[in-house]
Amino acid sequence: MRLRAWDLTMERGGRRLFSRLGFEAEAGSALIVVGPNGAGKSSLLRGLCGFLPFASGGFALDGGDGERSLGEQAHYLGHADALKGALTAGENLAFWAGALGGDARREAAQAALARVGLAHVIDFPARALSAGQKRRVALARLLVARRPLWLLDEPTTALDVAAQSSFAGVMQAFMDDGGIVVAATHAPLGLKGARELRIGAVEGVA
Amino acid sequence: MRTAPPAAMCAKFWLFGATPLPSLPHKGGGCELVRIAVVSVTPVLALFAREWRIARRIGGGASVGAVFFLILVSIMPFAIGPDMNLLARLGPAILWIAALLATLLGLDRLFQADQDDGSLDVMIDGPLPLELVTLVKCAAHWTTSALPLIVVSPVFGLMLGMAPAPLGLVVATLAAGTPALTMIGAIGAALTVSLRRGGLLMAVLVLPLTIPVLIFGVAAASAASGGAAPFLTPFLMLCAISLFAIAAAPFAAAAALRHVRE
Repeated sequence: MRLRAWDLTMERGGRRLFSRLGFEAEAGSALIVVGPNGAGKSSLLRGLCGFLPFASGGFALDGGDGERSLGEQAHYLGHADALKGALTAGENLAFWAGALGGDARREAAQAALARVGLAHVIDFPARALSAGQKRRVALARLLVARRPLWLLDEPTTALDVAAQSSFAGVMQAFMDDGGIVVAATHAPLGLKGARELRIGAVEGVA
Repeated sequence: MRTAPPAAMCAKFWLFGATPLPSLPHKGGGCELVRIAVVSVTPVLALFAREWRIARRIGGGASVGAVFFLILVSIMPFAIGPDMNLLARLGPAILWIAALLATLLGLDRLFQADQDDGSLDVMIDGPLPLELVTLVKCAAHWTTSALPLIVVSPVFGLMLGMAPAPLGLVVATLAAGTPALTMIGAIGAALTVSLRRGGLLMAVLVLPLTIPVLIFGVAAASAASGGAAPFLTPFLMLCAISLFAIAAAPFAAAAALRHVRE
């Protein structure tokens, strides 16, 4: 499986964010999107998900499911955690598992939470969790339904050092399993063999 | 650019399969159809159960609608005066206006809550088409906010001095008409999804569109409680409006969501 993008140009609010951007990522690899604030990292990820239109270019997941868009084959983790404060962490995960076609049983949610080190909060309402814990529950969502591509926007925001390195392990395991990670970040993620895609005003064209 | 061939779009819409389904040409037996049905229904049930849970938790707003309905109906006699005959004659109209306002209450958060916390992003790239997400969310909203209101409306009718006998028919008009209110409101909720204070704008957008529902609803309800006009004609029109809204509004709301979010 391979993620390919070519000739991508995006404009937001009359301003050109990047133009003629191209990249490839093989199964089992990671692509780290770096660049200054406002360079268009988040817009690039949202464009790949299909939420924003590109002015030119295209992208494809070779070896993926031809009947689904790239966004439907990817897990998108944005700035918001997609958690409902009124529901418990376990209910949130069980819902996403059911809605995304994964394993909606409580044991699956429990296992996913255990991998981000939060097995004990399964019955806590999400609003009672700290910002870092909410982020880790949101990361656990990536684990309750299998999708071959992860599009992560600042995945380690609010995570402490231990949680960052444990999430690096989760991503590495996903890549070893043939997954592709595309992450926009300012902090190094600690992934082996990750390539960097630099966008922004400094280089002009990446 | 998302360029899915039309056949693939159809397949997605009809099957919205949660696991990668085999492409259709090879005809599966009955077992295969059952498997597809089960796989397709799971995300729908998951979404419905989630909406239902959120609405019933503290701050969910399901019970607030019924309480709002009660307050509206009980302040009417203070405004109109203790003339029981007048109240009884105005009863159907009061019940309907209260139902209209109570149904719209809370609808502005239908998509906005999910937009704010990022859930809508994940749902859009989920296995369910956005039209179906809209329909399921509306169904959950209707059962948690409009249905309780319909159930208690006979009691409120008695408070307004309406005769007990035709109250069943008045309840029937509410049951037939409120789905249209929810569905029309959903379009307004989708249009105002990214506005911070979209609630008032949504009401301004939606209330004019609900006038036909109100006309036929009040006409049928008044006829039921002893008017000269026939009951069945406006009631059937009401049913028709609701059916049309249920069929068309999910597409309009989903299109609005896609457009507004860009």
